[in-house]
Amino acid sequence: MNVNATIIGQLITFWVLIWFVMKYVWGPITSMMEARTKRIADGLAAGERGKHELELAAKRGSEVLLETKHKAAEIIALAEKRASEIVEEAKGNAKAEGERLIAGAKAEIEQEVYRAKEGLRQQVAELAVAGAEKILRREIDAKAHTELLSSIKNEL
Amino acid sequence: MVPSDNPAMYIQHHLANWKMGEGFWTWHLDTILFGMLTAFILMYFGRKVAKNLTSEAPTGLQSFMEMIVEFVDGQVKESFHGHSKLVAPLALTIFAWVFLMNAMDLLPVDLLSFIGGVLGLELHAKVVPTTDLNTTFAMAISVFVLIVYFSIKSKGVIGFGKEFLYIPFGKYLMPVNIVMKLVEELAKPVSLGMRLFGNMYAGELIFLLIALLPFWVQPLLSTPWAIFHILIITLQAFIFMILTIVYLSLAIEEH
Repeated sequence: MNVNATIIGQLITFWVLIWFVMKYVWGPITSMMEARTKRIADGLAAGERGKHELELAAKRGSEVLLETKHKAAEIIALAEKRASEIVEEAKGNAKAEGERLIAGAKAEIEQEVYRAKEGLRQQVAELAVAGAEKILRREIDAKAHTELLSSIKNEL
Repeated sequence: MVPSDNPAMYIQHHLANWKMGEGFWTWHLDTILFGMLTAFILMYFGRKVAKNLTSEAPTGLQSFMEMIVEFVDGQVKESFHGHSKLVAPLALTIFAWVFLMNAMDLLPVDLLSFIGGVLGLELHAKVVPTTDLNTTFAMAISVFVLIVYFSIKSKGVIGFGKEFLYIPFGKYLMPVNIVMKLVEELAKPVSLGMRLFGNMYAGELIFLLIALLPFWVQPLLSTPWAIFHILIITLQAFIFMILTIVYLSLAIEEH
């Protein structure tokens, strides 16, 4: 159990082992563990970022929705207004058209009346002339009284 | 050989190394063999894990290794306040290798000579390399060399020399300081090597003493002792590692 050459052997074993552990075991394992730590941290950060983005998106979504609702309400209001306008316009148009029609009809009627009157006047004049002719045939020359007759006709 | 026939002979046989050579050039083949064997076990599993590393969720051997690496790394970060690529792997090597060598202690004391007997060999060998001063001092001296190296590296030859001359009693007691510092520095490797050797040697000896008792008493004693020994094995490996870290940390710190 005294110290002897064995110590040389054990020294060599020890140092080879240290070298081996340092180079092939400790290095890879610790660098892998560091990489993993980084990955986990990155993942957590990404998750946090994603959550934040989701919140933002949700906020934006609700904003857009609200805006859309406002717009839709505006459009509906506008459309209603326009519809009532159209109805009013149509009413106005119809009224005008009706009035126009009535006016036309009235004019026509007046014209008809006028024409009938004219006809009647003619016929009355002719009748009067015929009557007068018949009366006067015997006594008066028709030609001599034409002037008088037309003045009468005009007075009718 | 039945142990109780000649207790003194039995114990002597079991505490003798498997020797080759004469004088200083005596080689303890058992110590070297089992030292290398445990070193190879460590290298094999270390390399196996390091080759199949995955940064996904680790399983089995890798998580076990990661646990140890993390534990050692934590100890080093806590105690060693410098930057060195060597200290942490050194601590891991010491912890794992000493643990494995100590763990050989849990093999039955007569197993090796029994196997030797089966093979027809008169084999007297110790399976626990840490019960050999050569192993513990190989490590302790390595640590001592590193202490000196770290001291000179961080303080320079002059700074390191000044520590010898002026500490702890100031410049007027220079000779006393030198003696004190020498004792302080030399006590480190000696205590490191002797502590581990003493604990493991004593543990082995108690196993041998238990083996001398009648066979029906043996399990009653050897089982609790083996269970207690698991603690000692781990504790001694841990102490060696921690002291190494602390000594190296002291070496780089200014006084």
